[in-house]
Amino acid sequence: MQVLVLTLVSFFIFSIYQTTVSNLVERGIQTSTSFFDDVAPFKIGFSPFLNFELGKTTYIEVFYIGILNTLLIAILGIFASTVVGFIVGIVRLSPNWLASKCALIYIEIFRNVPLLLQIMFWNFAVFLATLPPPKKSIEFGYIFLNSRGLHTPIPFIEDKSSFNAWVFILLLGVIFCILLSRWAKKNFEQTGIKRPIFIYNLLILSSIGFLSYYLLGGPLEFDVPVLGKFNFKGGGQLPLPLFSLWFALTIYTSAFIAENVRAGISSVSKGQIEAAKSIGLNRSQMINMIIIPQAMRVIIPPTISQFLNLTKNSSLAVAVGYEEIVAVWAGISLNQTGQALIIIAMTIIVYECMSLFTSFILNMYNRKVQITER
Amino acid sequence: MSKTEAFVKLPDRSPPGSSVGAIAWTRQNLFSSATNTLTTILFLYLFYLYLPSFLDWAIFSANISGSDRSICDANKAGACWTFIKVRFDQLLFGLYFAANPEQIWRPTAALSLFALILVPLVIEKTPHKKWLMLFLLTIYPIIFIVLVYGGFFGIPVSNTTQWGGFLLTFALAFVGIILALPLGILLALGRRSEMPIIRALSVTYIEFWRGTPLITILFMASVMLPLFFPSGVEFDKVVRAMIGITLFQSAYTAEAVRGGLQAIDKGQGEASMALGMGYWRRNIFIILPQALKISIPSIVNTFIALFKDTSLVSIIGLLDLLNMSQTASRSLDWNGYDIEGYLFAGFIFWIFCYGMSSYSQSLEKKLDTERRVE
Amino acid sequence: MTQTTKAKKVNLDTNPPIIKIDKLNKWFGKFHVLKDIDLQVNKTEKIVICGPSGSGKSTLIRCINRLEVHQEGSIVVDGTELTDDVKQINEIRSDVGMVFQHFNLFPHLTVLENCTLAPIWVRKKSKMEADELAMDLLTKVRIPDQAKKYPGQLSGGQQQRVAIARALCMQPRVMLFDEPTSALDPEMIKEVLETMIELAESGMTMLVVTHEMGFANKVADRVIFMDEGQIVEQNDPKNFFNNPKSDRTKLFLSQILNH
Repeated sequence: MQVLVLTLVSFFIFSIYQTTVSNLVERGIQTSTSFFDDVAPFKIGFSPFLNFELGKTTYIEVFYIGILNTLLIAILGIFASTVVGFIVGIVRLSPNWLASKCALIYIEIFRNVPLLLQIMFWNFAVFLATLPPPKKSIEFGYIFLNSRGLHTPIPFIEDKSSFNAWVFILLLGVIFCILLSRWAKKNFEQTGIKRPIFIYNLLILSSIGFLSYYLLGGPLEFDVPVLGKFNFKGGGQLPLPLFSLWFALTIYTSAFIAENVRAGISSVSKGQIEAAKSIGLNRSQMINMIIIPQAMRVIIPPTISQFLNLTKNSSLAVAVGYEEIVAVWAGISLNQTGQALIIIAMTIIVYECMSLFTSFILNMYNRKVQITER
Repeated sequence: MSKTEAFVKLPDRSPPGSSVGAIAWTRQNLFSSATNTLTTILFLYLFYLYLPSFLDWAIFSANISGSDRSICDANKAGACWTFIKVRFDQLLFGLYFAANPEQIWRPTAALSLFALILVPLVIEKTPHKKWLMLFLLTIYPIIFIVLVYGGFFGIPVSNTTQWGGFLLTFALAFVGIILALPLGILLALGRRSEMPIIRALSVTYIEFWRGTPLITILFMASVMLPLFFPSGVEFDKVVRAMIGITLFQSAYTAEAVRGGLQAIDKGQGEASMALGMGYWRRNIFIILPQALKISIPSIVNTFIALFKDTSLVSIIGLLDLLNMSQTASRSLDWNGYDIEGYLFAGFIFWIFCYGMSSYSQSLEKKLDTERRVE
Repeated sequence: MTQTTKAKKVNLDTNPPIIKIDKLNKWFGKFHVLKDIDLQVNKTEKIVICGPSGSGKSTLIRCINRLEVHQEGSIVVDGTELTDDVKQINEIRSDVGMVFQHFNLFPHLTVLENCTLAPIWVRKKSKMEADELAMDLLTKVRIPDQAKKYPGQLSGGQQQRVAIARALCMQPRVMLFDEPTSALDPEMIKEVLETMIELAESGMTMLVVTHEMGFANKVADRVIFMDEGQIVEQNDPKNFFNNPKSDRTKLFLSQILNH
């Protein structure tokens, strides 16, 4: 039986391979990786990590730019959707009927409409149509939002040696805080005296940070976006496609995460809460020591899967023109070179790596939880 | 034993007035504490800010009369539902049927028949559900092809490339589910098989498709499928997308079915083995029927995901519901009314997805209580 | 009378009752579950409450540590009246131990951590002190060797004994037992009952909701029979079992003893 299936599968793959090779020959396409070092004849507008230069950047560099841009939107999206998702999930369980129902409506609307539709809706119908031109940007302090995207100030290092000194002092502060926490924990175990050590640490760190920052004469400068003739110059820029994609991915994914959070918290049984009350724990102790640890075990695994989904979904950027891997590699580069086989395979490998990485993390987490469970 | 006296039951009193009734409900759910009251006020204020203007735009000032854009251009304060009304046939059935109104009865009949079969399937008490299901999965597709594709009984042919709008979305999703179901069942059995090679092949297949975003698979299907087959064989774009979707969906279906197989008691398999049943008979008559019943909610959930994901075909240029509404709103006649187009498409998607997810949730609850009772 | 005013210390000169319940009425929605309950519990007294399911017996003891909120009447525990004041509720809860039907141990904490959690965070004991106390009590319930395990790794009987130890770690003045053996297999019921008998012998004040009439006969100072949210009859075990006054009690006893 096994042998039969194996032969059938190998025969199938082999025959596909053969026809593919003959088809490629017929069309005069030579499959090779030699195009990697060719100069890419198109422009990539957004490449914050690698310098793009038209006429100099090669295909393989385009591939790297694509990966980095995918990672950027993934990290931005994971951060924002986790924050929003947890807020909505907790509001869903609010004792306030109105708040809870609003969270329910949010969840049910946004997870039941295709993500692509949402991306296009926000990008084309809302942001492009309603955001003002650069000259009339919406301002939040030094942050500007307009039809070209979001512009923020970014810090840069002015004086290298004083910056290093600042980092060094901060590091010392962190070490001090760690030692202090350890001492406090030990002291707590011995005497039962509890101190608000987190607040102490926060105060110590921030005062050290600010004080040394001014004493060193401000080692960081901020590059503030300035309105030029057509658009803002300087500062950090999130081009509108990235902004819309981020917005839509956040809303879509947060609806799923909110549902995970709700399910996780509801999974903590009533008996657990009654037991916590019956031994005299107050509300915040009960939430911190009984509900959250148990809820997190239910929330974390599906939420990690949502992070992977978000990363895969970021490939929908093609629709609005954000330059991540599918858009610049499986899209433009493929059209330019015709090297479908290699390019698609590389794209798939990138995603498979991410998904393997995710399942690795998930397995690790499950093993850790299992040890403490039975 | 001495004589006993009769038990005198005290009359039931109704609770003190303040703990039941509408006012008590409002107090408990909206104003039970200071934070609760504040939340209620905040939400009411948000409603006051946004709800009236939205309702005014969408309903009270909206345009629905007339047959061209002049009426909408004259009243910009309201939504332009005239656009949806005029282009309704095109949005639902695509350009071919919109251009040949005498043929519209064909997709209408096909979709109505589907709805007619679906309604009793969803109702709990319908007898012979299995046969209805079987009819839907085997005979109905043939009827659908005869009606919509045509070519038989003097019905003119409408090629798959001429399908569009909701009809295409439906066809893609439906093909995806009926072809992926048998494939997915085989893969799920393979993944739980005791033969290592078969298990390895199934795992590789499932994880490969699950790790890759659908858009990459659609690119692959549209660019690489022609390479895989001898040069005489040609598929049109729609069929290529269908193949990609089926391969993709079968991996997800397999995982849903596997969940059901895992939930079935081991004893069931052992009992039927003891009766001397072979592998296939055991699976087909004993295990699979039970496993499939349990996995219906998760299969429906993967189907919801698929239904939303069919919108990705608009990236490879097919005119599904999303792309059709976008194209229509970018035509000269209706340029500028894209919000209405997106909202309409989103609404249609939402109705189906929300309906299916409510159904699968209620089914899940039912299965859950059934198992608890057992 | 409902008294939602500030707590007042009720001082009775001679041997004050540790729990004093007056005209207690409670509703679940429109359903009247407890009707005009009057009950006084003296120090070191052991009371067994029995009755058919739905008679309100669990609800009654859950009112005592405010897991349920009553609408009318008053409950005074150790001189403090139960009101909406959260601080007072927590104080009373830390003085009243409770054991549940389904154990309700915290699955993410070890047996030892289950026991030391409240002493450390509520009683502000040092960890070493709390550990010592917990080990002492775990030895008393005869499972000191399981201290490092998680609840999921223990049998039902062991879990219930941990739950008793957890409650005792707060050094409560009163212990409430809500059908502590109903979820257990017969051989495990015995080990839990033995632990409870030992506890009773040590002089703890106990309120036990149970159907274990053997336990009632052996340990109880008073047996209370409840039905339809009322206390139908209360008596010492001998008279309760031999000379029930109400025909409702008689019927219940015949059902529970003859099977």
